[in-house]
Amino acid sequence: MKKVMMGNHAISYGATLARVQVIAAYPITPQTQVVELLSEIVADQKLKAEFIKVESEHSAMAACIGASSAGARAFTATSAQGLALMHELLHWAAGARLPIVMANINRAMAPPWTIWTDQNDSLSQRDTGWMQIYCQSNQEVLDSVIMAYKVAEKVLMPVMIVLDAFSLSHTYESVDIPDQALVDKYLPAFDYKYKLDVKNPHTYGGLTTPDWYMEFRIKMHEAMEQALVEIKKEAPVFQKVFGRFYDTVDPYMVDDAETVLVTSGTAASTARFAVDQLRAEGKKVGNLRMRVLRPFPFADVRQQLKNAKKIIIVDRDISYGYHGIWAQEVKSALYGHSQVPVFNFIAGLGGRDIFPETYYNIIALVEKKDKPDQELYWVEVKK
Amino acid sequence: MKPTLPLEELMSPGHLACQGCGAGIAMRTTLKALGQDTIFTFPACCWTVIDGPFPYSCLEVPLLHMAFEATAATASGIKAAMDTLGKGKTTICGWAGDGGTFDIGLQALSGAAERNDDIFYFCYDNEAYMNTGIQRSGATPYGAWTTTTPVKHFKKEVKKSIDDIVAAHKVPYQATASVAYPEDLYKKLIKAKDIRGFKFIHIIAPCPPGWKAKPEDTVKLARLAVQTGVFPVYEVESGKYLQTIKTAKRKPVLEYLKLQGRFKHLKEDDVTDVQKLVDLRYAELEKRFQGC
Amino acid sequence: MAKDRKKIDFKKMEELPPMVMSLRSMAANPTGSWRNLKPVIDLSQCIQCTICWKFCPDAAIDWIDGNPVINMDFCKGCGICAEECPKKCIEMIKEGK
Repeated sequence: MKKVMMGNHAISYGATLARVQVIAAYPITPQTQVVELLSEIVADQKLKAEFIKVESEHSAMAACIGASSAGARAFTATSAQGLALMHELLHWAAGARLPIVMANINRAMAPPWTIWTDQNDSLSQRDTGWMQIYCQSNQEVLDSVIMAYKVAEKVLMPVMIVLDAFSLSHTYESVDIPDQALVDKYLPAFDYKYKLDVKNPHTYGGLTTPDWYMEFRIKMHEAMEQALVEIKKEAPVFQKVFGRFYDTVDPYMVDDAETVLVTSGTAASTARFAVDQLRAEGKKVGNLRMRVLRPFPFADVRQQLKNAKKIIIVDRDISYGYHGIWAQEVKSALYGHSQVPVFNFIAGLGGRDIFPETYYNIIALVEKKDKPDQELYWVEVKK
Repeated sequence: MKPTLPLEELMSPGHLACQGCGAGIAMRTTLKALGQDTIFTFPACCWTVIDGPFPYSCLEVPLLHMAFEATAATASGIKAAMDTLGKGKTTICGWAGDGGTFDIGLQALSGAAERNDDIFYFCYDNEAYMNTGIQRSGATPYGAWTTTTPVKHFKKEVKKSIDDIVAAHKVPYQATASVAYPEDLYKKLIKAKDIRGFKFIHIIAPCPPGWKAKPEDTVKLARLAVQTGVFPVYEVESGKYLQTIKTAKRKPVLEYLKLQGRFKHLKEDDVTDVQKLVDLRYAELEKRFQGC
Repeated sequence: MAKDRKKIDFKKMEELPPMVMSLRSMAANPTGSWRNLKPVIDLSQCIQCTICWKFCPDAAIDWIDGNPVINMDFCKGCGICAEECPKKCIEMIKEGK
């Protein structure tokens, strides 16, 4: 069934179709519609779940950890400050190997107060052990929530589904809501082998000495490597059932492109419009949309960028005193594999729009240079 | 004579509590009342260590270790999961120290109490951050030495009245208890197990190293805490106060203080101050006992 | 978890569960060596009141056939039993005597 819906509701429908059993969430702009719709769905008994209206995001994640440990499929959604407040427990969920799924609506961090998009909130959580999947459309948001549980429950690691504030969260698009029967067939019920069980009692997460702590971290890393395999494996399986294909990266006219714009989130849609225009002018430009941040798709990134003569990474985020965060990631993957110059542009912080002109300006600047003469370039800033 | 508590032990010996640990008695008694169909979550606290390191545990019930401030919310999450999985009869317990309850965990505790989630929240109160080496908490009483309230600058603030804070949430059941009266604690838990909603149990659990007391005096101190009125033992059921261990004639607080090195520096005037504070608080509670 | 006293000795990473979890009882950890003083019960004076048993923080006193039996593998020697005994028939004596 097709329905026109906002990105936030695509999350709610995705969670409902995944038959989540415990939802614990706290409202924050621009995430609020996610929990509003879910609370209604649960109260209407259209989904057999418990909804805990917690008093903070920290407690939202704590309740999800408790619920998941007890063997329930747990879900939450948040944004920016809320995600930052959860930080400690993001480590906890991953370290406890709990397949929790959360949606994060990218919102810039305060101060100053802001509610508009950029990716510093989720990218700052890069090293917590969560998979991170950046979406471009509302359809992808809904589908990704369902796929996330499949992968998470196989490898026992949590997943964050990430989407831009407003340009996706509040943007209405036509979305195909798959049949529940198909979803049920694709995503079996959660059967957690390590649940809190009074008939088979164990203690989880107890004090661990240097004798074994590191081995448990290796296991987490191996689970993430396996997650990459599972994401690749699930892509054709999901396509067979639902007709849509999602890989770790999403290339657009990359094969013969001399210059590749590397982007993520909704900025990729605009980039593709710009690519079309530039192609019409005879410029060989392509776009590589980064979809999965963790586990990082090294091989796919290297493969997709192997023909480029120049690589431009447009970050809607920054690591102060360094590069944009995606730039660090991609450059590090290319190191030793490519000699191609990599340009890093920072654009669209705090919800500033990224227009096709933004990309034209970027391309025009890069055309003049053989290699970057600055570590990074700010785009369209007031001087 | 018949034992006054069930013989069944769900806490094994070999755990890592210090000699004479009040929190050990608290857990042992609690498990006797709650039985096998119980799940615990612990924040950072002495019991994080007491339970034992990987791959061991001294508990024969499931336990989820959790972050310091997260006890009540975690218990709420476990409870929600058990309900949706058709295992709603299992008793879900948060089990935290005083730091995790009075201080860092207060917000989550208040949230769960306000939602009236059907869980037990236990605070075993040893009146300081004992696991990190005796730093003052909101539960440390006036006059006490801790490593962050050194003798010259002993604690000048009174103990936070956590029971009144919880009572302000109008929870269906709350009680204080002392490890010196295990039968009283046992009875309260047997009763509370059948009450739906939020249950708060606050247990005074002396800590020999932190109180600078002799390990053999743990039970004596827990008894004196009640007999002097320092820690009145009562329950509140649907707003009704009932003093379950009566103290007709309260002993002078000095009897309690003098067994503890953490109060050794107090001069006569200071002791008088402590006595006044205890009298004031006791009078306040007495009105509630009589009013019900 | 059975109260067996078996220890676990992992040799390889593959033997570990995916996350940190308990697989054995702390009964594998005899704490009797912590003791400086050891309790000795004079059963001829004992009135079987169970007070020593119920206050033991270590669950190191077993109630067997109506009598308290101190499990010296685990007793840490805190002395609560001796202090609380109404008949004063538990004596704390120096370890090794």
